[in-house]
Amino acid sequence: MNITQILFWFLSVLAIVGAAGVVGSKNPVYSVLWLIVVFFAISGHYILMNAQFLAIVNIIVYAGAIMVLFLFVIMLMNLNADAEPAKNMNLKMAGTIAGMCLMLVFVAALSRSDEMNRVSQMNGGDIGLIGYLGKVLFNDYVIPFEISSVLFLSAMVGAVVIGKKE
Amino acid sequence: MQALTNRLKVVSRKPMTFWERMYLPAILKGMIITFSHIFKKRPTINYPEKTRPFSPVFRGLQILNRDEEGREKCTACGLCAVACPAEAITMEAAERKVGEEHLYKEEKYAAKYEINMLRCIFCGFCEEACPKDAIYLSETFAPSNFQRKGFIYGKEDLLIPDPKKDPEAYKKALGSRAKHPEGHGNEH
Amino acid sequence: MFLTIDWTIILEKFVLIVVVVMGSLIIAMYATWGERKVAAILQDRRGPNRAGPAGIFQPLADGLKLFFKEEIIPNFSSKFLFILGPCLAMLTAIMIGAVVPWGNKLHLFNRDMSLQIADINIGILFVFGVVSMGVYGIMIGGWASNNKFSLFGALRAASQIISYELPMGLALIALLMVTGTLSLKAMVGGQMDHIWNIFKQPLGFLIFLVCAFAECNRTPFDLAEAENELVGGYHTEYSSMKLGFYLFAEYINMFLSSAVMVSLFFGGYDIPFFNDAALIDKLGLNWVTIIQGGVLFIKIVCFLIFFMWVRWTIPRFRYDQLMNLGWKILIPLAIFNMLLTGALVLLKQNHWHF
Repeated sequence: MNITQILFWFLSVLAIVGAAGVVGSKNPVYSVLWLIVVFFAISGHYILMNAQFLAIVNIIVYAGAIMVLFLFVIMLMNLNADAEPAKNMNLKMAGTIAGMCLMLVFVAALSRSDEMNRVSQMNGGDIGLIGYLGKVLFNDYVIPFEISSVLFLSAMVGAVVIGKKE
Repeated sequence: MQALTNRLKVVSRKPMTFWERMYLPAILKGMIITFSHIFKKRPTINYPEKTRPFSPVFRGLQILNRDEEGREKCTACGLCAVACPAEAITMEAAERKVGEEHLYKEEKYAAKYEINMLRCIFCGFCEEACPKDAIYLSETFAPSNFQRKGFIYGKEDLLIPDPKKDPEAYKKALGSRAKHPEGHGNEH
Repeated sequence: MFLTIDWTIILEKFVLIVVVVMGSLIIAMYATWGERKVAAILQDRRGPNRAGPAGIFQPLADGLKLFFKEEIIPNFSSKFLFILGPCLAMLTAIMIGAVVPWGNKLHLFNRDMSLQIADINIGILFVFGVVSMGVYGIMIGGWASNNKFSLFGALRAASQIISYELPMGLALIALLMVTGTLSLKAMVGGQMDHIWNIFKQPLGFLIFLVCAFAECNRTPFDLAEAENELVGGYHTEYSSMKLGFYLFAEYINMFLSSAVMVSLFFGGYDIPFFNDAALIDKLGLNWVTIIQGGVLFIKIVCFLIFFMWVRWTIPRFRYDQLMNLGWKILIPLAIFNMLLTGALVLLKQNHWHF
């Protein structure tokens, strides 16, 4: 076991514990904070795969911006534990079963695919480095990239339209 | 409406020009103003090390005077207590015994002399009333204490140090009065 | 072998980390003293002059005072988050120092020692990531205080920091087009060979500077701690050293953002008017590195003084003015700067032919 593997296991455990924390926390603010922990663990994985750019963008965009907006909303809504109505047992059961079904689908889909046999290269390769990523993005995937940017633009315009009062 | 004074200034509410809306020139101007203050003279005086000169009519805490041989001048005549508008002064008189000539200048002296510094308004009437030049207002000011009773000054607090035993402390307590032997200017 | 680790490099980096962290703490400490002195000088006062000569021990006295204050944790606050807030603020403030190149390299004990903790190839993005994390320190602290004013202060601070991150990033993109690298060390190296980036990107620098003020919560953008509206801002409920951490983090932020700005726009540890490579031949590597460190320090101190000078000149913005400036002026300006730079870079690649 070398240091990369130790880090891998540590980050994996951290990610799973964080994800469990997101679901398990009563207080939504704690859920958001656990989610940030998850993002950090995932960024750690990216760094292990030498994808530093992805790692830092993940932190900037998700942990740094989107989660802050989440926190904003939650803090302003003042969701207390007692303000939340108690859900009845059937609903909880239904949720559990639905979640299990989703997991089953994932497992079934992934176990057959070739993806499982491919091991991501640790601590090497330059796929995640910014220069390579930029070249791939602006050469091979220009059209999808531009289409997604138009999508974002339309989303932004939509948000402005909704936000404006008549 | 007619203006009562010529100090009226009409506030201009016209929209800002582009130059003004750029903020930066105004900010730069402000920064130059603050920068110019680096070279201004500092009016602050480093207080405990340096003090401002007292005005010759400054009225601080009272002090009971002695003559050159260190004898108390006060005769407990009570004129100061009568003159005091705040009724801050109380005293008890006593007669000088034989052998106490080196302590008290006259045959009668103040056995107890108290000034309540919380009542005192530092008007200086006691100094004006005193026929013996026994009490005057010094340059000590702003006393501090933990308790109210600490502000009732007895004779031991008020008496000036003995000029024979401790001439330096005496000089210090005299303050600028030593420099103005003619007095503070308000006695007649 | 269970773990194969190059212990010398760990030791080297550890020493460097300790030096950088301690250095930023001490400089931040003296920045508080400097702030008071600069304020006093600009206002024709004397400033702290009691503790030691010229008040030089004043920051120690302040720190000691904060340590001895009673530590109050509000009853209805969530205790863990309440303590986490200032810790995060401090942590994120210090972490920026990891990617700043503090000098070229020292040649000691037969090995080259780089004076940069981590030369990662996304250096400047790391700074951005850490800065965006800095919001959490304030937000968590403000929310955990369970106090309306703290929450408002936290929301103000967070929305301000998020808003000004955008023009900051856009201004930086233009700079990245010019330099063609994300690594701070490579940027400094590029500026040593050519002119400083400030001459290539004056508008970008201006936008970056304004945003840096906003990111550090410095006047004129210190709405997060508007005493007259919010009691004290996000740290209303804080006392003792936890408050000290918040206040201290601001000064560390100030110091490190100055360091980043110097590295990005003012040549970093480049000695102005001298050819560093020629100096190395003349004086030897180690001496030049030390001089470079000194030059970097002087540049940073100039920036710190500038920060303070601005603070004691300009009054605070109103909140709508702040948002107008950020979204309606700085972002379009930054985008314009980006387009202009992109066009010029393209033209240059095309040898100035359309």
